[in-house]
Amino acid sequence: MEFLQPATWEEALEARAASRDAVPIAGGTDVMVGINFGRLRPALLLDLTRVPELQQWGTDDGAVRLGAGVPYARVITELGDRLPGLAMAARTIGSPQIRNRGTVGGNLATASPAGDAHPALLAAGAEVEVASVRGTRRIPVADFYRGVKRSALADDELVAAVRIPPRTGPQQYSKIGTRNAMVIAVAAFGLALHPDRRAVGTGIGSAAPTPRRAPAAEEFLAGELDGLWESRAELPPATAARFGELVAGAAAPIDDVRGTARYRVHALSVMARRTLTWAWADYRKGDPACA
Amino acid sequence: MSTPTRTPAGAPSSVGGPGGRIGDDAQRPDGVLKVRGEFAYASDLWMDDMLWGVTLRSPHPYARIRSVDVGPALAVPGVHAVLTSDDVPGEKVYGLELADQPVLALDVVRYQGEPVALVAADHPDTARRAAARIVVDYDVWEPVTDARAALGHPTWNQVHDAPAAVTELSRESAHLHPHGNLVRHLKVRKGDPEPTADVVVVGEYEVGMQDQAFLGPESGLAVPGEDGGVDLYVATQWLHVDQRQICSALAMPPEKVRLTLAGVGGAFGGREDLSMHVHACLLALHTGKPVKMSYNREESFFGHVHRHPATMRYEHGATRDGDLVYVKAEIFLDGGAYASSTPAVVGNAGTMGLGPYVVPNVHVDCYGAYTNNPPCGAMRGFGSVQTAFAYEAQMDALAAELGMDPVELRCRNAMELGSETPTGQVVDSPAPVAELLRRLVAMPLPPEPATGDDVDLRHMPGGVSNTTHGEGVRRGVGYAVAYKNVAFSEGFDDYSTARVRLEVVGGEAVATVHTAAAEVGQGLVTVEQQIARTELGVDAVVVHPKDTAVGSAGSSSASRQTYVTGGAVKAACEAVRGRVLERARGLVGRPAGDLRLDGGKVVSDLEGVALPLADVLGDDAVEETVEWRHRPTQALDPDTGQGFAHVQYAFSAHRAVVDVDTELGLVKVVEMACTQDVGKAINPQAVVGQIQGGTAQGLGLAVMEEILVRDGRVQNPSFTDYLIPTVLDMPPMRIEVLEYADPHAPYGLRGVGEAPNISSGPAVLAAIRQATGLPLRRVPVRPEHLTGT
Amino acid sequence: MAEVELRVNGTSSRVQLDPRVSLLDALRERLRLTGTKKGCDQGACGACTVLVDGERILACLALAVQYGGREITTVEGLGRPGRLHPLQEAFIRFDGFQCGFCTSGQICSAVGMLAEHRAGVPSVVTPRLAATATPLSEAEIRERMSGNLCRCGAYDGIVDAIQHVAGVDDRAATAEPAADR
Repeated sequence: MEFLQPATWEEALEARAASRDAVPIAGGTDVMVGINFGRLRPALLLDLTRVPELQQWGTDDGAVRLGAGVPYARVITELGDRLPGLAMAARTIGSPQIRNRGTVGGNLATASPAGDAHPALLAAGAEVEVASVRGTRRIPVADFYRGVKRSALADDELVAAVRIPPRTGPQQYSKIGTRNAMVIAVAAFGLALHPDRRAVGTGIGSAAPTPRRAPAAEEFLAGELDGLWESRAELPPATAARFGELVAGAAAPIDDVRGTARYRVHALSVMARRTLTWAWADYRKGDPACA
Repeated sequence: MSTPTRTPAGAPSSVGGPGGRIGDDAQRPDGVLKVRGEFAYASDLWMDDMLWGVTLRSPHPYARIRSVDVGPALAVPGVHAVLTSDDVPGEKVYGLELADQPVLALDVVRYQGEPVALVAADHPDTARRAAARIVVDYDVWEPVTDARAALGHPTWNQVHDAPAAVTELSRESAHLHPHGNLVRHLKVRKGDPEPTADVVVVGEYEVGMQDQAFLGPESGLAVPGEDGGVDLYVATQWLHVDQRQICSALAMPPEKVRLTLAGVGGAFGGREDLSMHVHACLLALHTGKPVKMSYNREESFFGHVHRHPATMRYEHGATRDGDLVYVKAEIFLDGGAYASSTPAVVGNAGTMGLGPYVVPNVHVDCYGAYTNNPPCGAMRGFGSVQTAFAYEAQMDALAAELGMDPVELRCRNAMELGSETPTGQVVDSPAPVAELLRRLVAMPLPPEPATGDDVDLRHMPGGVSNTTHGEGVRRGVGYAVAYKNVAFSEGFDDYSTARVRLEVVGGEAVATVHTAAAEVGQGLVTVEQQIARTELGVDAVVVHPKDTAVGSAGSSSASRQTYVTGGAVKAACEAVRGRVLERARGLVGRPAGDLRLDGGKVVSDLEGVALPLADVLGDDAVEETVEWRHRPTQALDPDTGQGFAHVQYAFSAHRAVVDVDTELGLVKVVEMACTQDVGKAINPQAVVGQIQGGTAQGLGLAVMEEILVRDGRVQNPSFTDYLIPTVLDMPPMRIEVLEYADPHAPYGLRGVGEAPNISSGPAVLAAIRQATGLPLRRVPVRPEHLTGT
Repeated sequence: MAEVELRVNGTSSRVQLDPRVSLLDALRERLRLTGTKKGCDQGACGACTVLVDGERILACLALAVQYGGREITTVEGLGRPGRLHPLQEAFIRFDGFQCGFCTSGQICSAVGMLAEHRAGVPSVVTPRLAATATPLSEAEIRERMSGNLCRCGAYDGIVDAIQHVAGVDDRAATAEPAADR
């Protein structure tokens, strides 16, 4: 059993390349549960918390480049204005203590269908920046999820950052849990309106083997909003309802201890309809400063 | 730096300061230790040469064990012992009421998680890895997982096929059927066997399996003694019933099996049965070393009994004016694989299953069944929680059918002093059922929530998860009232023992109270001090560590300790006081009729005497040990269920206000209000704490808490999927405490802890029904039930 | 095995341990600081809350070796010998516990929470997402303390105790230096 605590990103990537079954750990909120219950017995633990680059965010090429090691608490306090959807998602994650340590990078690396950040990242059109000693590549987040807790990350790669376009319109995030705090999502939905490019972004969580978009719903709504972007007229209720149905139609949930498939589909249609109603109301006010 | 070593000598002992007499908000003697992190819970115990014990459990709910090979485990370096049922020297089965549960699996395992083998090693990880190497060859059988099916086919696939030994603890009345799957069938018959009524309401109800979910998992430390015996430091609810069962398994006399209470991180019924007790002792005796066993959260779900799931069918008949004419009820309780306290739970569910109402004609059948589900036994509310969901739903349904206000219907039929219960017992102390309800109605209602732009997500169903800004939200208000027996019933010899000593130490009068009554967080140690201070007129009261060096105090359950151990401490104090005053009379030389103890002195106002206790006692200590009993109860008639079975009833009522997102099926409990009669609040602040805690656990069962069992397997043994209320789920409370003295009880007090756990959940359900118009026959209510998905 | 320097409550110790050992187990089993409790070992109860450089985290979800050289404060490091921390005092006064198993975590969490509040960390997502911190109302305290379960249901007392301390003097509730322990 080994432990490595690289002080630089280069060292981290070299360590990753040298030991492909190493388990990277940052906030620990996923990895430690496996270790504590004996389900994970890694031969090598790679601690990424001392790599300075991972703990920073900045703007690059118009996007917010969020280092993989920035905890949710900082996303909430520092990025609420630029990334409201992700900040809203971060707010629902675990407990305050977990938000002080858990990271978006960790959420991505685990790639659980129930990860709370994913719907917001999908809706915003984020890209995942992954790196190895071979170099760096960017993966559109929708292509990053490959299966239940499987991602496009190669076995010598680490998540470096996630690049998220700052909001150009209202964003919303909504999550179903059967308790008012500390709850894993039964279903979650992220919505981003992109008036700059007359587009709509969606993200569905806990309702398919992977987090996923609802492309038909996005296309439908973008079409319906054609003309409305300028007029800022009221959105017909039937449009919001249809959007909800199309979002629900994109889901492929299962029955499990947290909820039934039928409920998940139903809840998604309601969340999609409501969040759209809220987002559009914000847009009509002209100042969608807060989602 | 200081490294506190939690040796057993660090077991909690408590010294009280001044103040804190009966009726005061006395502070806990263990409070400072608890807020400093210095209180030694069972999981904190530590000895430098100790080993760690772990348990290998069955992965199957029902299987025959063909063979067990412990060789590979023994070969692991660092392993000191691997034990199976062959290593149990005494009785190989144990149980609270019926000895039917193997200490370690014999030839058959009957539930998932049944202990099969034990390992002791020098490191917990080593012990776990070794346990995983034990090879058990199972012949897996189809489990019996439905209580009604188990009883409907008594000759098919029996869970138990051999007569089990009846222990001394078995209630005389318990109709125990050792053959087959019936644990107990209680019949209650009263009045006209074939009654008719103007209005009839029928309903079927189901309650899921709740877990006590105490925050401090099972833990204990067994230390081999030089006399060949063993000392066990353990978190438990009843030291002496543990001792009896351990002695039986170890084939040792009580003097060789000594128990001391370690700090208890919550109990709620889940520590009334044995968990690691015998196992740790076996390992300690085999290895000659101290052995610590601590369950993790997952194992804890398999390591203790749960609340019985119930299926119930009720039929209520009433006149057009709303007078109850009859109730028929059929109640099935799933006891799981072993009996635990199922017979007594059946007794409670059957005798109090109609609620605190006057019902002239009664026909109740209550069954407890064996299945291959997890064993069920004691949990706060003990059989009364399940039935309250049914009978209170029935009262609301009946009110709707009659076009009556549901509170009025309840008040019209409410039990009162002098009423006769369904079991023919005359209620012989105040029963302010109607007043409890009317006081709730009189309380102001919380304001309606803001919506739209002013919405505060914190107050919405779904909270900051942002599921509604007011859309689909409807408010509901619901009421429920319940009652619960206090202390053990049906003729059980229920007593407690208290040893009280009064002496002068360093010039100060000090009382020492020694009982075996388990402090589980309820504040019994505070109550013991308050009673001693009140009765002996001293400030300094030492609460001796709880152990088996004194006689049994009975269980910290059934809302009984303040009543029964409080009664014993009071009686022992009175005996001590009698002797001290007798001495004082000798010193005074006159028959001073008004002698009393106050402020560390013997005082007579008439004679103008104030003798310091130091002058009376000198270097002597006056000590008395008293075994104290409440009024005897009787067994129920086996054919009719009639009899004086319960010594006292506790009454409470709740009003719940909820906001329901009817479209998403999410519930926000906005406010809980509770009224409860406690007879006499010995410690008012602690009484309020019990009401809040009981309310929270009832609310949890109503809207979120359930152990999901499929094909005999637990689906959610974790705190990420077995959800208990957070501070955001449990709203602030309004509480009114009534004090109508029970003339039969010490200080007039009534047990407090359980009643609010019973009325809380049904009130939440009533409120959700009012908000949604849905019948909601099953708890916990899930979003699926509210949305038809 | 790995070696790590654990700085806990102002005292530094060098500890050899398996790198998989959680900070919680290192505190409890190596340093014998058992005040920090193990309720679930999976980040779902809050009983193991400790402060790292003043920030509240869950010790069960932290590797001990990740926290070498950081200033760790446990419940044992609050207050001074013979003098309780104001939150400890308030928990007693307002009956903020029964069994007490969650209490260490509640108190450490409250210390961290009050510091977060002073630092202007907001609590609720909408509509004040990017706004400055709100006053510590009862509802605010509940929201910010939602990571600590209490099965005994002493939540009202816990909230009262924290509100009392926050109202009396917000700054008095910081983690005091434990150097004199």
